[in-house]
Amino acid sequence: MTTRIYVPRDAAALSVGADDVATRIAAEAAARGDDIAIVRNGSRGMCWLEPLVEVETAEGRVAYGPVSVDDVARLFDAGILEGGADTLYLGPTEAIPYFARQQRLTFARCGVVDPLSIEDYRAHGGYEGLQRALSMAREEIVAEVTDSGLRGRGGAGFPTGIKWQTVLDAPAEPKYIVCNADEGDSGTFADRMLMEGDPFTLIEGMTMAGVAVGATVGYIYLRSEYPHAHRTLREAITTAREHGYLGPSVAGSAHPFDIEVRLGAGAYICGEETALLESLEGRRGLIRPRPPLPAVSGLFGQPTVVNNVLSLATVPVILERGAEAYREFGMGRSRGTQPVQLAGNVKRGGLIELAFGVTLRELIENYGGGTASGRPVRAVQVGGPLGAYFPDSLLDTPLDYEAIAAADGLLGHGGVVVFDDTVDLASQARFAMAFCAFESCGKCTPCRIGATRGVEVIDRIVAGEERTANLELLDDLNDLMTKASLCALGGLTPIPVRSALQHFPEDFSRPAPVATTG
Amino acid sequence: MTLIREADLGTPAIKSSVLLTVEVDGKTVMVPEGTSVMRAAALTGVTVPKLCASDNLEPFGSCRLCLVEIEGRRGTPASCTTPVEEGMRVTTQTPDLASLRRGVMELYISDHPLDCLTCPANGDCELQDMAGAVGLREVRYGYDGANHLDAPVDDSNPYFDFDPSKCIVCSRCVRACDEVQGTFALNIMGRGFDSTVSAGGTAFVDSECVSCGACVQACPTSTLIEKSVVEQGQPEHSVVTTCAYCGVGCAFKAEMRGNEVIRMMPFKDGKANHGHSCVKGRFAWGYATHSERILSPMIRERITDPWREVSWEEAIGYAASEFKRLQAQYGRDAVGGITSSRCTNEETFLVQKLVRAGFGNNNVDTCARVCHSPTGYGLSATLGTSAGTQDFDSVEQADVVMVIGANPTDAHPVFASQLKRRLRGGARLIVIDPRRIDLVKMPHVQADYHLPLLPGTNVAVINALAHVVVTEGLVDEPYVAERCEPEAFERWRAFIAEERNSPEAVEGATGVPAADLRAAARLYATGGNAAIYYGLGVTEHSQGSTMVMGMANLAMATGNLGRPGVGVNPLRGQNNVQGSCDMGSFPHEFSGYRHVSNDGVRTMFEEAWDVGLETEPGLRIPNMFDAALDGTFKGMYIQGEDLVQSDPNTKHVTAALAAMECVVVHDLFLNETATYAHVFLPGSSFLEKDGTFTNAERRISRVRKAIPPKAGLADWEATMALSNALGYPMTYEHPSEIMDEIARLTPTFAGVSYEKLDRLGSIQWPCNDAAPEGTPVMHEHGFVRGQGLFMVTEYVPTDERTNDRFPLLLTTGRILTQYNVGAQTRRTPNVVWHGEDLLEIHPWDAENRGINDGDLVVVNSRTGETALRAKVSERMQPGVVYTTFHHPDTSANVVTTEFADWATDCPEYKVTAVQVSRTRQRSAWQTEYAATREATTRIAVPAETQP
Ligand SMILES: Cc1cc2nc3c(=O)[nH]c(=O)nc-3n(C[C@H](O)[C@H](O)[C@H](O)COP(=O)(O)O)c2cc1C
Ligand code: SF4
Ligand code: SF4
Ligand code: SF4
Ligand code: SF4
Ligand code: FES
Repeated sequence: MTTRIYVPRDAAALSVGADDVATRIAAEAAARGDDIAIVRNGSRGMCWLEPLVEVETAEGRVAYGPVSVDDVARLFDAGILEGGADTLYLGPTEAIPYFARQQRLTFARCGVVDPLSIEDYRAHGGYEGLQRALSMAREEIVAEVTDSGLRGRGGAGFPTGIKWQTVLDAPAEPKYIVCNADEGDSGTFADRMLMEGDPFTLIEGMTMAGVAVGATVGYIYLRSEYPHAHRTLREAITTAREHGYLGPSVAGSAHPFDIEVRLGAGAYICGEETALLESLEGRRGLIRPRPPLPAVSGLFGQPTVVNNVLSLATVPVILERGAEAYREFGMGRSRGTQPVQLAGNVKRGGLIELAFGVTLRELIENYGGGTASGRPVRAVQVGGPLGAYFPDSLLDTPLDYEAIAAADGLLGHGGVVVFDDTVDLASQARFAMAFCAFESCGKCTPCRIGATRGVEVIDRIVAGEERTANLELLDDLNDLMTKASLCALGGLTPIPVRSALQHFPEDFSRPAPVATTG
Repeated sequence: MTLIREADLGTPAIKSSVLLTVEVDGKTVMVPEGTSVMRAAALTGVTVPKLCASDNLEPFGSCRLCLVEIEGRRGTPASCTTPVEEGMRVTTQTPDLASLRRGVMELYISDHPLDCLTCPANGDCELQDMAGAVGLREVRYGYDGANHLDAPVDDSNPYFDFDPSKCIVCSRCVRACDEVQGTFALNIMGRGFDSTVSAGGTAFVDSECVSCGACVQACPTSTLIEKSVVEQGQPEHSVVTTCAYCGVGCAFKAEMRGNEVIRMMPFKDGKANHGHSCVKGRFAWGYATHSERILSPMIRERITDPWREVSWEEAIGYAASEFKRLQAQYGRDAVGGITSSRCTNEETFLVQKLVRAGFGNNNVDTCARVCHSPTGYGLSATLGTSAGTQDFDSVEQADVVMVIGANPTDAHPVFASQLKRRLRGGARLIVIDPRRIDLVKMPHVQADYHLPLLPGTNVAVINALAHVVVTEGLVDEPYVAERCEPEAFERWRAFIAEERNSPEAVEGATGVPAADLRAAARLYATGGNAAIYYGLGVTEHSQGSTMVMGMANLAMATGNLGRPGVGVNPLRGQNNVQGSCDMGSFPHEFSGYRHVSNDGVRTMFEEAWDVGLETEPGLRIPNMFDAALDGTFKGMYIQGEDLVQSDPNTKHVTAALAAMECVVVHDLFLNETATYAHVFLPGSSFLEKDGTFTNAERRISRVRKAIPPKAGLADWEATMALSNALGYPMTYEHPSEIMDEIARLTPTFAGVSYEKLDRLGSIQWPCNDAAPEGTPVMHEHGFVRGQGLFMVTEYVPTDERTNDRFPLLLTTGRILTQYNVGAQTRRTPNVVWHGEDLLEIHPWDAENRGINDGDLVVVNSRTGETALRAKVSERMQPGVVYTTFHHPDTSANVVTTEFADWATDCPEYKVTAVQVSRTRQRSAWQTEYAATREATTRIAVPAETQP
């Protein structure tokens, strides 16, 4: 009997040698005359265990990891095909506590299925949501999404159903669906993991969006540094087309819908939806003023749904299980689950999908296992480069849009980056300004000139030059950038700066470093 | 007199029938839906600080100075990008807003040189104004931070400098180049703090920039600034006037300091240009003070004598006595006059009056003969008026635009910008032209169909288009039935439906693929409002008039006349071609296109002018030349025209002029015709006189005197003096009195007066009791002639054919930076772009002849030969070569033939069979002509300065 062995094809696994491991496993099996089939699945999201090799045994899938090429022969000796014991043996994959305690809805299939097998996809509930959607009126689909409480996972947390309703109500034709797969936040990787591990979910979600609002073309604006995701998506789209899930008649219905992948311009700002639309139209990624909303006048001036990968990839499970089932998860106005990407100075980084409400401390301690360095946690940046630095005293804040906002932070795309006590928050604040200056599209004055001045002012503060006056100036600049910037890059950069100033003021008033030159 | 500063309401006007009520700082205003908060505020009289907004550009939202508070809304939205909503309550001044605005200005100034006092824009700088408006008092960031203060100046453009150290990166220049001009020459390079304006990565002069000046005007700082302002300082008063170059007729403010023009600024209220301009009107006015201008009258007995400077009295007296002598000796008809399409209506009217009343014959003609006479003929035969049917703004409502034999981006640039804007907005485009003109494909514009016909086959093409309309059932039958003469239509329908007019049948002769022609016809007939714009490529043919009628037929058959967005529109070459025709410059008609043999009309003129008038039409220009060679025509008064350079078959023209005994040239410069003149009267430039010009859309606009005539007399005054000396008294005190006379004598001008022009800005004729404020669109309630008349337009190939000796077809035209014979533009820095006429030739034809780009080549025709440099260009089709006629030492017209339009004698400049070959020297004619010119343009040193 053929034994299935899963070796991830996810870029994170590849970067630690998954391809070589797969090759070695095939060679080893051939040499031993073992009958195996290697499935290149997506990642389960336990980054520190990659390459995580799974074997399908009588007891279900069991995991070994992290497996290196040199381990392979030994594992075969240990009887890996029957789930034999080894130091790398982790037991049944889904019983690994890190994984077992998650609530996987969006990522339910990721790492489980063969990403490019539409049969596998269907065998795991794929396209059931679409079938249901096709039996519903447009308004009903949109209502279902609205009722689920799903909010945009790209950063702003805007209710997805309401956005769709706006596009549905817009009279102009044609309409477009644009998937924002530019994933620029440092430390985040959920979009990529999903596109590489379960691309049909995204395709199905976009198709539903198209059916719901009456759009016939969808674009995936993909971060240019994601070549694997690019290949996977292209193949999956071709397969979906061959099986009639994309094309002139989606799943035999009267709805035409198709998808194209476009590579991003390699700039953080192109993740902002209006700059993204400019870039998709072939122009420089410059922010467009709002109004008009993209939902009213977006791509080529037409009504356009712009959603993050995760927002769109969550719609299939909502339609499959119903709005009620989805909104049972979560707290307050944050419904459903959030795929957290835990990174930085932690023992166990990875993707953790959990209902809203889990606290930062639970994430770091119960999942992350504390800092990798073993030193105390000093600061946690939540929500990417524009997110706040939280001190220990705020680590009991639950993951919830409103709670985090109340603590002057933002949830963003769900990135959580941990720092130990060696971090210098003044240089982190400087980095925030420098990042803004580097990524600024340059359209508006507060960000174009302000971010550069911000770096200079922080330098003067750190150098001890007229500290009080410069702190006041920095405060005024933060205020100006917050209130007057055209887009959220300039508008949110003060968040990390202010949180650093507020929670870690001591880092800004150390004695000036002694000049080394002159 | 003060400097006119036009109000800038921040964002463009929006057209909407829905009006919304908004309250700004407690003041209520109703504005069309879609209007910005900023504009609404401006309309209540509230100025919101701004730097990146301007009401000729789409809102951009970049400077962040215009933030306001809106009741019930979070934050501080930018007023320029926020549309009003019903019942909105806006506050524009609060302490918070003030501090945000100060914060923005503080950032700007932290990267800006602090040399306001020595800056050329001092006093005319929005950045300076805003710093004042927001109360900026200190820049706490200091001036040692990162900055752009060392960015080098680009002074490569002859007319304006670019000093990026002063740039605030508001993108107004980039947007002006894109949105207003449509050239897309500028972009922002780099990102964030490194963002800088760039002319596509090269120096301005080497870039795609066409020097229209829109960016310079848009720039709120001194980053982009006119060199004249840098050199001379800020102007202190303005005089609103009209450009004296092309038939667009742009309105300008001549911005002055004393009697010195500092710059010409396009005038926002100008109805033809809406504040836009091209390089010629905006910058190329320096010829007016060029050292080669002749400022004193001169006479000589023989053309081989040196010129003698004399007083006005002596010059006028001499000319008058000569004319009288010639009339006495050779008969009344032995003299005549030429009016100019560059002079004012009033001046033109006076010259033809002088000929008809003073000379007592009808030997008056005009250079419009050589350009648009077929327009007058063809349009009046079919529709009843000798003029274009639309205003320029009509193009904004066109869905399909058909450009025939015109090259608007070069020859009518400001209209071209408007057209391109409409094309970017979605209108479809058909180009019918032998050359792949720029419009065929340029940034954000692409023709749906380009029909590259062989020169001389216009009529075959227009007939084939009509054939498709008629045979495919695309005729607008109810329109034709209601508006057109039925028998004529049936006759035409039968004719046009004949198989020989089908696209397939004419494909061989025209070179246009039948399928493209059919598709273009369908698009024109069914694409919504379809408008035809045409130029000299239509008229300057042996079948020019036929072609004009063919276009009118097509427009009538498809119902594309008589409302905005449609029409048949000539793009006139010179500023006052329309006006000079209107003013009675042709030998057979009085002002308003009324025949001299019409007794009623003539009697009216005889009574008004108190003189008997000739009943028969006089001589046309070519007849005058023939008569001169026959010895029966001996004297000529030529105002503002260079017949030698602009008329066909130069050798014939020069021989005729040389045969005359008194040639009076009235011009700014010793032009080529002056080589053969006996009296030279120094002319006045458009800056030096009052009057009116009438542009291609029949728009009469004021020309206003900005400085006194440099030579002492304005042209109308000189003509008056000549008439008085001839014994026919003229006593006008001011050109307004001439206009009053025109209005009295010309029904279509009946309602025109200077007072009304001052009040309305400009007026499109007809202007009379029925249309007291003028007529933007003609034929709205039926055609002027009553019923539209379809004319049978048989295609007759020109007699000018290619053969083994002359295998190529030469066609001529103009380019953006030069104007006509170049007398003005050659005397400006525009020569950096076009220092000589070039022969454009397709690579195949060049290769066959061993010609490389830049080689000197000789062009031979049956008429003559001339040498010039070759430019190998894919814009040409094989078999067709092209040149311009801007430079006298090339004199393209030495090779053009005497074939002409059958109806109007308009020369066939656009088709000459030629051979082209490499050469090492200039042609014999060029050498000889240069020698003649040298010998005949000497000016004697005045006696008192002789040693
Ligand atoms: C500077 C900046 C960068 C952004 N980058 C991304 C990104 O990489 N991916 C993304 O989905 N959203 C990004 N966003 C958010 C998008 O503008 C937008 O809100 C989102 O695509 C909407 O989709 P959602 O409603 O599904 O979240 C960014 C926003 C800003 C201001
Ligand atoms: S805030 Fe920065 S990125 Fe956003 S529009 Fe302004 S300059 Fe561009
Ligand atoms: S002068 Fe005109 S064409 Fe040249 S860059 Fe400025 S706007 Fe563009
Ligand atoms: S050159 Fe002038 S208009 Fe252009 S961005 Fe700079 S300041 Fe603005
Ligand atoms: S030449 Fe023509 S387009 Fe240019 S400014 Fe003068 S009137 Fe306008
Ligand atoms: S004027 Fe509104 S942002 Fe510049």
